[in-house]
Amino acid sequence: MSDLMLKGRAIKLGDNISTDDIIPGRFAHLRSNLPELAKHVLEDGAPDFASKVKALSATGEGKAILVVGKNLGLGSSREHAPVVVKMSGVAAILAKSAARIFFRNAINQGLPVLLCDTDKIGDGDELEINVTGGKIADLTSGITLSCGKMPAIMSAILGEGGLIPYIQKYKDFVATG
Amino acid sequence: MGKTLAEKILSLKSGGDAQAGDVVISDVDLAFVQDTTGPLAIRQFKESGFQALAKPQQTMMFLDHAAPSPAQQLSNDHILLRRFAGEMGCRIYDVGEGICHQLVAENFANPGDIIVGADSHTVTAGALGAFATGMGSSDVAVALALGKTWFRVPESFQIELSGAFPRGVYAKDLVLYLIGQIGADGANYKALEFGGRALARMTMSQRLTIANMAVEAGAKVGLFPADKVTWNFLREHGRGDKYKPLSADAGANYEQVILVNLDQLLPMVSLPHAVDNVRPAAQVKGVKIQQAFIGTCTNGRLEDLAVAADILKGRKSHPGTRLLIAPASRQVLIRAIEKGYIRSLIEAGAIVLPPGCSACLGLHQGVLGDGEVCLSTANRNFRGRMGNPEAMIYLASPATAAASAIKGEITDPREFM
Repeated sequence: MSDLMLKGRAIKLGDNISTDDIIPGRFAHLRSNLPELAKHVLEDGAPDFASKVKALSATGEGKAILVVGKNLGLGSSREHAPVVVKMSGVAAILAKSAARIFFRNAINQGLPVLLCDTDKIGDGDELEINVTGGKIADLTSGITLSCGKMPAIMSAILGEGGLIPYIQKYKDFVATG
Repeated sequence: MGKTLAEKILSLKSGGDAQAGDVVISDVDLAFVQDTTGPLAIRQFKESGFQALAKPQQTMMFLDHAAPSPAQQLSNDHILLRRFAGEMGCRIYDVGEGICHQLVAENFANPGDIIVGADSHTVTAGALGAFATGMGSSDVAVALALGKTWFRVPESFQIELSGAFPRGVYAKDLVLYLIGQIGADGANYKALEFGGRALARMTMSQRLTIANMAVEAGAKVGLFPADKVTWNFLREHGRGDKYKPLSADAGANYEQVILVNLDQLLPMVSLPHAVDNVRPAAQVKGVKIQQAFIGTCTNGRLEDLAVAADILKGRKSHPGTRLLIAPASRQVLIRAIEKGYIRSLIEAGAIVLPPGCSACLGLHQGVLGDGEVCLSTANRNFRGRMGNPEAMIYLASPATAAASAIKGEITDPREFM
């Protein structure tokens, strides 16, 4: 399998973005209507986020890469959080650390989350990401970052585009060596 | 080498030698969803092409987050879950039965079980010695169909507890203190394993409060050993035969050991908008509150209502403060009525809400207004949590909430003892 490569620009946010920041409980009634739900992504904490992602996608310069600090996605197990981030147009997330349920949910949704020292990346930086190899080239600053490795089973799930496509293909959890 | 509790349970359930850092495929003893994560789980289950549950008797659906439903969309989600449960032959706990984690503790969780729930506070059942953890809808959908899931075996922190709770200090104060020490991500991916001489006197209700909040330090599980307290709880709930003693091995490898002497703890409060932003109640006193909320999977049990009723009996809540009470389950509510707690609370001005998650997550029953402050016994005070990003949430014990409701401002509960 060839390496999964992404090119895009950083949209930077801070530390401790909770699942209540991403998509609060007061929108629980929209969870069976994902396109409606997605309109509210990060609207309390970063009201210009959705329009920034949209503007970036419109330029055709590459995809939006969400770059955050530590403990991304703390809180609720709602998988709707990574779902609406992905639906907004974000192609990958870079974080110093991510809360475990959010991390697993994002991978299950086929949304790559790579853990690295995001202090070194500036807002708007042009990034080239090798998701499979865990390497990030910041073309704006010229630096290269390495990411922590995820368990083989997670790489395999991400490689299939998420848990459901993985299960459709293998019908079970399979050893991936 | 000795095994931690996490390694021990995952070894048994995966049929191998599980060590921290390994990835294992494990049997699942109980898998469940609730009404805000269940509909997505069902869609993922169907999209995967699954036709049946692996273990219908060990699959549960709980309608607790929107209970009763405040919106037509959520009512339709409830219909979806009821239909799915009917088709698949699994048990559904409908609106009014109580909060999933309380019902799992009362009816299902046993020492050594593997429990996965599409709710982050699934960790609550760790109080009974179950490896219980929250997952997303897709993971639980697959667990429903396959009867198993994969885990990375966590490293463990040992939390060694000595002494006894002083007057006015409770399990909630301990766990808030601990989260303040560890930090909101300090135990990310880890297991918190509780031990020490203080456990012998720690009730199951207190253990459930502590295990419930393990996830607020980032932990995957909060595990207690199974001991005499566990045995008594299981017997009281008609499943004494499910008891087996369970503890970590001597010489188990812990990434960190944290010692806490309960004698030295104070009533604690967690300040907006982070659970690890913790200070002694005495340092926060005087902050005006428009709402006090006693309930949730953290602190909605009989012991919690007893503490609140004891403080509020013969007193009145402040006219500027709404006092909301939401029992964690129907059984808790019935017992609280029998014991006279509910009467004391209502006479003191409380509004008693149906058993369920109630005001905790901001979708009904006590949504805060702009600039309002709530002192809550829940587990989260993130911005926007109780339905309004312009509101402020403080977290504390039922005693602190009851005392604060009387004065209309954050109060050290020892003033009323």
